[in-house]
Amino acid sequence: MRKTVQYALAAAAAALLAFAPAAGAQQQKLKIGFITTLSGPQGIIGKHMKDSVELALDHLGRKVGGLDTEVVYGDDQFKPDVGVQVAEQMLKRDNIDIMAGIIWSNVMLATVPVVTGAGKIMVGTNAGASPLAGAQCNELYFSTSWNNDQSPEAMGKYLQDSGIKELYVLAPNYQAGKDMVAGLKRYYKGNIVEERYTTMGQLDYQAEITQLRAKNPKAVFIFYPGGMGIQFIRQYVQAGLREKIPLYSVFTVDETTIPALKDAAVGQFEARFWSADIKIPASQKYVADFRKKFGYTPSFYGAQSYDGIMLIDSAVRAVKGNVKDTKGMVAAMRKANYKSIRGDFKFNNNHHPIQDFYLLKAVKDAGAPEGVAMHIEKKVFEDHQDAYHGECKMKW
Amino acid sequence: MTFTLIFEQLLNGVQLGVMLFLLAAGLTLVLGIMNVVNLAHGSLYMIGAYLAITAAQWSDSYLVGVAAGLAGTLLVGMLIELVALRALYRRDHLDQVLATFGLILFFNELVAMLWGRAALFASLPAYLQGHLELPGGASYPLYRAVIIAVGLAVAALLWYVVTRTRLGMLIRAGASNRAMVAALGVNIRLLYTVVFGFGAALAGLAGLMAGQIYTVQPGMGELILIQVFVVIVIGGIGSIRGALVGALIVGIVDTLGRAFLKPLLATVLSSAAANTAGPALASMLIYLLMALVLALRPAGLFPARG
Repeated sequence: MRKTVQYALAAAAAALLAFAPAAGAQQQKLKIGFITTLSGPQGIIGKHMKDSVELALDHLGRKVGGLDTEVVYGDDQFKPDVGVQVAEQMLKRDNIDIMAGIIWSNVMLATVPVVTGAGKIMVGTNAGASPLAGAQCNELYFSTSWNNDQSPEAMGKYLQDSGIKELYVLAPNYQAGKDMVAGLKRYYKGNIVEERYTTMGQLDYQAEITQLRAKNPKAVFIFYPGGMGIQFIRQYVQAGLREKIPLYSVFTVDETTIPALKDAAVGQFEARFWSADIKIPASQKYVADFRKKFGYTPSFYGAQSYDGIMLIDSAVRAVKGNVKDTKGMVAAMRKANYKSIRGDFKFNNNHHPIQDFYLLKAVKDAGAPEGVAMHIEKKVFEDHQDAYHGECKMKW
Repeated sequence: MTFTLIFEQLLNGVQLGVMLFLLAAGLTLVLGIMNVVNLAHGSLYMIGAYLAITAAQWSDSYLVGVAAGLAGTLLVGMLIELVALRALYRRDHLDQVLATFGLILFFNELVAMLWGRAALFASLPAYLQGHLELPGGASYPLYRAVIIAVGLAVAALLWYVVTRTRLGMLIRAGASNRAMVAALGVNIRLLYTVVFGFGAALAGLAGLMAGQIYTVQPGMGELILIQVFVVIVIGGIGSIRGALVGALIVGIVDTLGRAFLKPLLATVLSSAAANTAGPALASMLIYLLMALVLALRPAGLFPARG
C-alpha cells in the first residue's frame, strides 16, 4: 500500500515536471498560440482553420519569419470562459510569442483583454465583434477577417441595387442574428414584409416556411450558421420553394456546409469578401494546394487563418526575428506587406482590413471535390470600411 | 390566417410530434420498466442516422439504409444494455445520469472519429420527393407525410404489442412489480435486454428519418432529447399512451406557437415589442406547459402506475 502511494506521488511529480516551462530555453524559436473550436459540432470550422494553418506552415517551410516555428493549438469548446483559460495557459505555461485564431465574437471579446494585457499581439482570424472595431479597438489587436455586419451590408446593398422591392427576413434569436439584420437594413431600404427570429439551435423550420410561403414574398434573406443553415435550406428545398422564391444568405452556405447540402445548395446567393474561385494568385495557390493536401475545398474560415499566419510571417521578417520588439511588429503589421488571399489591401485605423465584398452563388462545379462550389457573381463593394472605425480612437 | 394555413401548421405539429414520440416511446419504456434514466438515448438516434446514411450510400438503396439503421441500433442498444446498463440497475439515478452522460461523450467522439466532424449529406430517393396536394390549394412535402404515417403505424403496433401479446403482458408486469415477475420464473434480464434493444431501434428509426431533414452531425441527439424529456414529463413516465399524447401536444403547441404567437401579439402590442416577445415566448411555451402539467398532475397526464 505504501509503495503504491509512493509510485503515485512519483508519477505525479514527473507529470508536473513535464508541464513546467523549460527554463532558460533559447529564443530563436517562434511560438504561436492558435485558439479555435476543435470539439463538438462546431469543430468542423476549427478543422478548416487548423488545416489552413498547417498549409501556411508548409508554404513557409515550417519557418514563420525565418524562425523555427511551433504552433500550439487550443480548443475553446465554443465557450468564452474556456477560451480565456486556454489563452492564459498558453501565455503562462507555453510562453507563446503571439496569439491567433478564434471563431466566436463572445470568445474573442473575453480573450483579447487577456492577451493584450500580457503585452502580446492577437491576430483574430474570424470573429468580427463590433466593439473591437470601434471603441474597444487595441494597438495589439489585428483582424484578418471582417466586422460581423459587413457581409449583410454587402447583401443589403446588392438587394437594394437590384431593385428587389420586398424581403422576408429570418435569423436566430441572439445578438449576432440581430446584428446581421441591422447590417442588412443599413443598405437595404425596400419593404421588409416580416422579420422572424427563431430559437437558437432550432431543428425544424417547417412552421416558419409555411408562414413564409403564405406571405409569398419576392425574396428571402436568412442568417443561419452551421447546422441550423443545413436544416433550413434542406427544408426550404423540400417545400419546393427553391425555384419559386430566391434565397439570399450570409454565413449560411459555405464550404463547411456544402458537403452536407450538395444539390440543395445550388442556386443559393451569399455575400462575402472571398471565395475559393477568386482570381488572386496567393489565393489560387492556397486553394489548389489545400485541395491537394486535404482533399476538400477550404472555406473563408480557413483562408483567413492562412492569411493570419502570412501576416505574422511578414511582421517577424520586418523585425528580423526579434519578436520581443512588439512596437516594431505592430508597425510592420500595419503595412499589410504580404501576399494576402484577398489581394493587396490596407488596414483601417482600427486594424481591420479595408476590402472588397462580392455576391457569390452556389453552382454545380465538377472541378470541386464537393461537386458544388461558390462562384463570384459580381463585386458589390470596393474598399469597404466597417461602420465602427470612427469610434476607434487609434491614430497612426 | 386562413383555414388552410392553420390546417397545414397542425400537420407540421403532428409531424414534429410523431418524431418526438418515436424517441419518447423507447425512453419512457426504459424509464418505466427498468427504472433507468438513459441520457444516451439521443446517441442511439444519432447512430441510427449515421448507419442508415452510410448503408444507403454503400448500397445505393434507401431501404437497405433503413434496414441497416434499424438492425444496427437494435444491436448497439442491446450491447449498451449488456455492457453498461446492467451494472447500473441497483445504483441510484445520479449514478445512472453520470454513466449515461459518459456514454453520450463516448458516442459523439466515436462518431466524430469514424465519420468526421462535418455534417453528413443524406439523399432522398426520388419516390419520396415531391408534394401532396392538400384541400384548399396548399401542398405538403410527401416525405413529411410519410413520417407522419410511419409514426402513427408504429404507435398502433406498439399499442398492439403492449396490450395484446405475451411480451406486452410481461412488459406491463415488469413495470408494476419486477420482483414478482422474476419470482414467477420469467427471465427478467433477457426481458430488459429485449426492451432496451427495441427502444433503441425506435430511436434509430427517428434518427434515420430525421437524417433527410435535420443536420446529421456528432451531438445531433442532444438537441432533440431535451424536448423528448418534456414529452415524457407531460405524458407520464413509463406510459406509451402518455408518450404519444404528450408528443403530439408538444409538437402542436410548439409549432403553433412559433407560427402564430407573434402575429397574435402584434395585434395587441407594438410590432417591435411583438418582435421581441413573440420568439421568446414561443420558445418557452412547451416548458410553461410542462410546468403547468407538473403543478396540476405531478405524475403526468397518463401515469403508468395508477
